[in-house]
Amino acid sequence: MAYLPHTESDIQEMLRVIGVQSIADLLGDVPASLRAEGLEEFGSVSEMELMAELDSSPGGQKDAPDTFCGAGRYDHFIPAVVPLLAGRSEFYTAYTPYQPEISQGTLTAIYEFQSMLCELTGLAIANASLYDGATALAEAVNMAVSTTGRREYVVVNLLSPNYRAVLATSLAPRQITEQKEITAQTAAVIFNLPDFHGLLSDWQPALNQAKASGALLIVCADPLLLSVLEPPRADIIVGEAQPLGNPQNFGGPALGYLAARQDFLRQMPGRIVGRTVDSKGRRSFVLTMQTREQHIRREKATSNICSNQALCALRAVIHMSYLGRSGLQTVAKLCKAHTDYAKQKLGGLPGFAVEQGEHFRDFVLHCPLSVKKLNIGLALTDKCLLLSVTEKNTRQQIDLLAEKLRGLGEAA
Amino acid sequence: MERLIFEYSRAGRRAHTLPDAPSVDFGWPERQALRLPEVSEIDVVRHYTRLSRQNYGVDNGFYPLGSCTMKYNPKVNEKFAEKFAGRNPQEADSANQDLLSKLYATERMLCQVFGYARFTLQPAAGAHGEFTGLLIIRAYHRDRGDARRTKILVPDAAHGTNPASCTLAGFQQVSIKSLQGGVDIADLKKHLDDTVAGLMLTNPNTLGLFEKNILQIADLVHTAGGLLYYDGANANATMGIAKPAAMGFDVCHINLHKTFSTPHGGGGPGAGPVGVSAALVPYLPCPVLDFAPEDGGHYYFNYALPKSIGQVHSFYGNVGVLLKAYAYLRIQGSAGLKKASALAVLNANYLKARLQKVYDIPYPRYCQHEFVISVQNFKKQYGVTAADIAKRLMDYGYHPPTVYFPLIVPECLMLEPTETEAKEELDAFCDALLQIAEEVRTNPALVKSAPHSTIIGRPDEVRAVKEPDLNYFNSLGVFSAYTR
Repeated sequence: MAYLPHTESDIQEMLRVIGVQSIADLLGDVPASLRAEGLEEFGSVSEMELMAELDSSPGGQKDAPDTFCGAGRYDHFIPAVVPLLAGRSEFYTAYTPYQPEISQGTLTAIYEFQSMLCELTGLAIANASLYDGATALAEAVNMAVSTTGRREYVVVNLLSPNYRAVLATSLAPRQITEQKEITAQTAAVIFNLPDFHGLLSDWQPALNQAKASGALLIVCADPLLLSVLEPPRADIIVGEAQPLGNPQNFGGPALGYLAARQDFLRQMPGRIVGRTVDSKGRRSFVLTMQTREQHIRREKATSNICSNQALCALRAVIHMSYLGRSGLQTVAKLCKAHTDYAKQKLGGLPGFAVEQGEHFRDFVLHCPLSVKKLNIGLALTDKCLLLSVTEKNTRQQIDLLAEKLRGLGEAA
Repeated sequence: MERLIFEYSRAGRRAHTLPDAPSVDFGWPERQALRLPEVSEIDVVRHYTRLSRQNYGVDNGFYPLGSCTMKYNPKVNEKFAEKFAGRNPQEADSANQDLLSKLYATERMLCQVFGYARFTLQPAAGAHGEFTGLLIIRAYHRDRGDARRTKILVPDAAHGTNPASCTLAGFQQVSIKSLQGGVDIADLKKHLDDTVAGLMLTNPNTLGLFEKNILQIADLVHTAGGLLYYDGANANATMGIAKPAAMGFDVCHINLHKTFSTPHGGGGPGAGPVGVSAALVPYLPCPVLDFAPEDGGHYYFNYALPKSIGQVHSFYGNVGVLLKAYAYLRIQGSAGLKKASALAVLNANYLKARLQKVYDIPYPRYCQHEFVISVQNFKKQYGVTAADIAKRLMDYGYHPPTVYFPLIVPECLMLEPTETEAKEELDAFCDALLQIAEEVRTNPALVKSAPHSTIIGRPDEVRAVKEPDLNYFNSLGVFSAYTR
């Protein structure tokens, strides 16, 4: 059997030390009726057969496809050092760093991650990461609710439908609801940078409205965009940091981040790493502010979260260290340049049209044909595609797409 | 001490080889300052390599962390999952049939092992699974027009996530007492009325003991109109031994990063699929992964679920983790899983048998996959605490067991060896613990000041809370131009 080191004589010797005849003798607490049921049987394969499945499974893609599909997860360049360093098994086979003396590697990296997220967002504190952007946004609304004592949130520009669905599922059980108008009952005003269709707009009006009504401004921001733009003056900034060194993974694991103003520290969900000193005065890092968390506060905790996406955060911090300011800004600018080029090229095709405004990565293409079965980008409606371009999509790829669409348009 | 990456920074240094940035207009002011490190590739490589050497993983050595199931993480899992890492979740289902077939098979195998009608693979972690499962219980009662059921009963020995998840799901949690290492049936009966939506239970419980009265407990809760939620944290002791569904649990979550060998990643990502009995299938989170047998068969995400609790993740959960569990399930097969649980029980009982001559075992019955020892006598006699023993184990090259949990046992250490450790490894660990017990008697100061061989000594956690330093730039006193 795989991964089980026991020889038959080991088992016999161990049973002898315990003082029983068989392993079944150890299971006396389990009712006999349950024992009898066992499990439904299924077979096993060898490692060689398992890996061969990858080549023989029908209906898959051979390599990363040229489909211009983004809409929440993005195909960015990942330097070779990122998977190689994050793939060191001292990192990935470790548990949560509850024992700091033998976990300084993870703890130091998370402290660096928090610091870089603070720098990107212009906010004073950040946590060690959350499941994904959608759940991070739900946690941010929870913070706004506990800070303001109000139970409504308003989204002022186009939020991803998936995020909206996760917000509703997560918040409705406690009667926290989405409303259309900002009022004296609004806990949080949510602004997306960019919005679900890639559109960049001004967050200042949202900030003014939030301030006027005593609500918090939560900005859901792409971290890559924050490397080139002045960060919004929000109370809380959250989002999806998958574009920082993490592959798309068919949607998960992803990397939710959450940064906030200093005064929200006690309301912040999730793990937080802090710096301190050890018994000899040496710089050390520990999990801190744990009285907020479920293992101490139980039903009164700020959140039920008991993990973070540590390995994804590690990839992000290695990625940001490697690219630095110039690299992140270059990637962001290449994305913008490619988006501009694709919009101009595809929007200029006869019968096709793009929307006005500045877009980042994603943009909507109105088409003169049914797009549902094309598998180019995300079909928003029958004749409307959400396309996405990154620094990896060359002009040549975009030109080829334009030719393909021109042909399809003419045939329609 | 390893420096921080920021402290390697030298103006003008760079690692990347990207082309020059094009000139573009974002229609918005560009930022001036962004203090990310300016370092060379070798700086990055050496820094994170050095940090990795300050970590302790399963690959470094024995990791008997109770309730966390730190079993070996097979390398083929990583290789297998990697093949699908580039997939975008918004692509048409038809472009991902190979991937979807693996996810579907994962769900089927989980159903076969635990006895459920269906599993959702969406929850990203155990706590996320608890939240999802509780929303399913809530939806079930409401759908029957029974909105009065607002309470969830949780034993006092439960993981802290249980009560926290109850609050988040809009329930009031009510604590149930323990008696002789199990649920206090009399106390349970006192709380059972028509306001109870359900009971959350871990079985084997956090003492590593199988709940002997489980069938009676399930009957009592069901008769009162409530449902049973299974916290799958300890599911590694159940495969082929007792199905949670047969025990009477209507909903369960399974931690794939525990029972199914996916790595813990230093705190995540995990995965917490939720299984349900047939009656609860309509309430599963949206979408579910379905199979249409027409035209040779086709896997697809089904969103047409009018009674669904809604979506709990932005896509279909931690697919990269699910694929690793798939690889493990395939290589083990049901026979391998069965043997894994049996050997996990054997290993725990062997460790317990060897330690019980010297350490106090508060519940001396045969345990399942883990057990608890108490060092209260050491504390009384020598002032040595559970934390001290844990720290001293590091000097012997081990990751310590879980300490101070469950809360109902004073000065406890919870040991879970898992099935992937050989007898020699267990023997060496026992020898170390017996040696430490000797040190407690002969030189308690040595134990109280441990660890002595690690890169740092015990950190000052009080200072970390009193003077929070969570951000390198704040600690420098040099706020960014943008910091508020």
